[in-house]
Amino acid sequence: MDIKNSNWKIRKAKIINAKQMTKTEKWFDIQLSDGELDHEPGQFVQVELFGIGEVPISICSSPTKKGSFELTVRAAGKVTREMHKLDKGDFIAIRGPFGRPFPVKTMFGNDLLFVAGGLGIAPLRSLINYVMDNRREFGKVDILLGTKSPKDMLFSDEIGKWSKRLDVNFACTVDRAEPDWKGNVGLITSLIPGVNLNPERTYAVVVGPPIMYKFVIAELLKKKIPERHIVLSLERHMKCGMGKCGHCQIDHPKNYYCCKDGPTFTYDEVKDAKKL
Amino acid sequence: MKYHVLEKENIDCFIKSLSKKMKVYAPVKKGNNNYAFEEVKSSKEISMDYIPTILPPKKYFMPQKEKMLDFDLSAKEPVDTPSLDVEEIALFGVHTCDLAGIQCLNIVFNERPRDYNFLLRKEKVFIIGLECNKYCDSYASCALVNSHLPNGGFDLFFTDIGDRYIINVNTQKGEDFIESIGLPKANERDLSGVDKIRDEKRKIFKNEIDVEPQKIPEMFEKVYNSKLWEKVGEKCLSCGNCTNVCPTCYCFDMEDMINLDLKTGARVRTWDSCQFETFATVAGGENFREERSLRQRHRVYRKFKFPVDRFNRFFCTGCGRCSRTCMAGINLKEILKEVAEEAKF
Repeated sequence: MDIKNSNWKIRKAKIINAKQMTKTEKWFDIQLSDGELDHEPGQFVQVELFGIGEVPISICSSPTKKGSFELTVRAAGKVTREMHKLDKGDFIAIRGPFGRPFPVKTMFGNDLLFVAGGLGIAPLRSLINYVMDNRREFGKVDILLGTKSPKDMLFSDEIGKWSKRLDVNFACTVDRAEPDWKGNVGLITSLIPGVNLNPERTYAVVVGPPIMYKFVIAELLKKKIPERHIVLSLERHMKCGMGKCGHCQIDHPKNYYCCKDGPTFTYDEVKDAKKL
Repeated sequence: MKYHVLEKENIDCFIKSLSKKMKVYAPVKKGNNNYAFEEVKSSKEISMDYIPTILPPKKYFMPQKEKMLDFDLSAKEPVDTPSLDVEEIALFGVHTCDLAGIQCLNIVFNERPRDYNFLLRKEKVFIIGLECNKYCDSYASCALVNSHLPNGGFDLFFTDIGDRYIINVNTQKGEDFIESIGLPKANERDLSGVDKIRDEKRKIFKNEIDVEPQKIPEMFEKVYNSKLWEKVGEKCLSCGNCTNVCPTCYCFDMEDMINLDLKTGARVRTWDSCQFETFATVAGGENFREERSLRQRHRVYRKFKFPVDRFNRFFCTGCGRCSRTCMAGINLKEILKEVAEEAKF
């Protein structure tokens, strides 16, 4: 055991592309100097800006994309605000990937219902694009997307492409419309009753802010989707990513470490948590 | 098992021989019935009869502030060097509750991804245990969790049988040291002295809660949503004293510290506490454990339920430090009694 191989050691990474997506979200395409990230959909990395600090960020690209990986970062705290100042050509430090991925293999052969609210599209996109690239392995695919307003929509070019695909049913809604908005207005829960699904063979994958889960899950249960077929990705402050620092532990009788036992959970695993 | 004998009058010789090889840390009296592990040079400084020290020996395995990486900001690309500055030390006089605490930390940090800092540091510590012949005070609950008797985790272990110490040798490292100072082997009479001490202890150290240890996790399953946590929460000041002094609490925070040259710095690990208000807060502002009652419940479940599910052992060593140090008078033994009562055990 040599301290030089400590699990705290970083992987050097270069930002090869970056784009301000909305006022608060910036997208980064990142290349590691030591090869592939080798992640699975639903995992996260720790981004370290030396001298500032470290933050856990969901990986928003699919592992089927080779050569680099992508992060979408909301300026919410000290490190993420500083990260927004970075651009193409800048270097960052990475640890990871960490976390239990979405149960992709158990989803093979099943129908998929994706429900993304706000920034939840970022982690979910790693899975959606994986499914798009392995479309044959899955049944019917429905994507439901909700954002605050049309200008808050992330990945709008890509979403435009999903909506045109014949092998995907796509619907989106905004909380507040703007004059030129032609789509739905209302909460994301309003889209669920209209989905035509076979509950026993459907996996619903839901990612969004904590407040969204309760209402979306209630709608999914009304549709008779089994609890173990509802997959969530929970937000907590993963400070170490190694199941040790304690910050991300979920208030649940099983005391899951969100960073190691999650961040993806099935609803039946975490339904007793005080907050999702 | 090998046993050797050290006449009490030779204890100073023992400490001095040890301190010639490495720094020796042992319990030292601090006044007002407080004790602390500090560096000692002779046996006169050591308090052989002490109640649990203010901080447990975890401070030597996981320092309050610990540098994990050095970094250099002046380069265009990030440059980091994991580092560990550690010397060989001896811990003398560690009670069985604290030996159990070190074993708990050992399990946690051995779990993958492993914590190299802890594991490499622990290799440098020579551990000499010391048996408690009497019960320290009303805060302790070591008999409940069976940590009043030695269960490994030491190189050498001292038992005071009156006129002499009987030293149980548990490792080659321990054996080598004993050989280097040439201590005689224990005879039958010495060993029966140890047995006599243990028999006496069985009379004094009684299960404090009167619940079978195997049933404790089941008992906690029944009170997860109990109102009793609100009562504890109402008292709690969220100061974090209980977790700081706990021999098995290891939650931490990471911090980047920049040196005065503004070019170099270090990532530093510091002790943190699940009792602090913002411990489970995320950058977006959501606090996932906002209520003090839930934070206190979390602390207690992390001693009696969660580690049993995960590691098949309690992470309470019965040392009583959390209750002894609590400014608001929260008493773990009373909580356990209430839990037992409510769960009808």
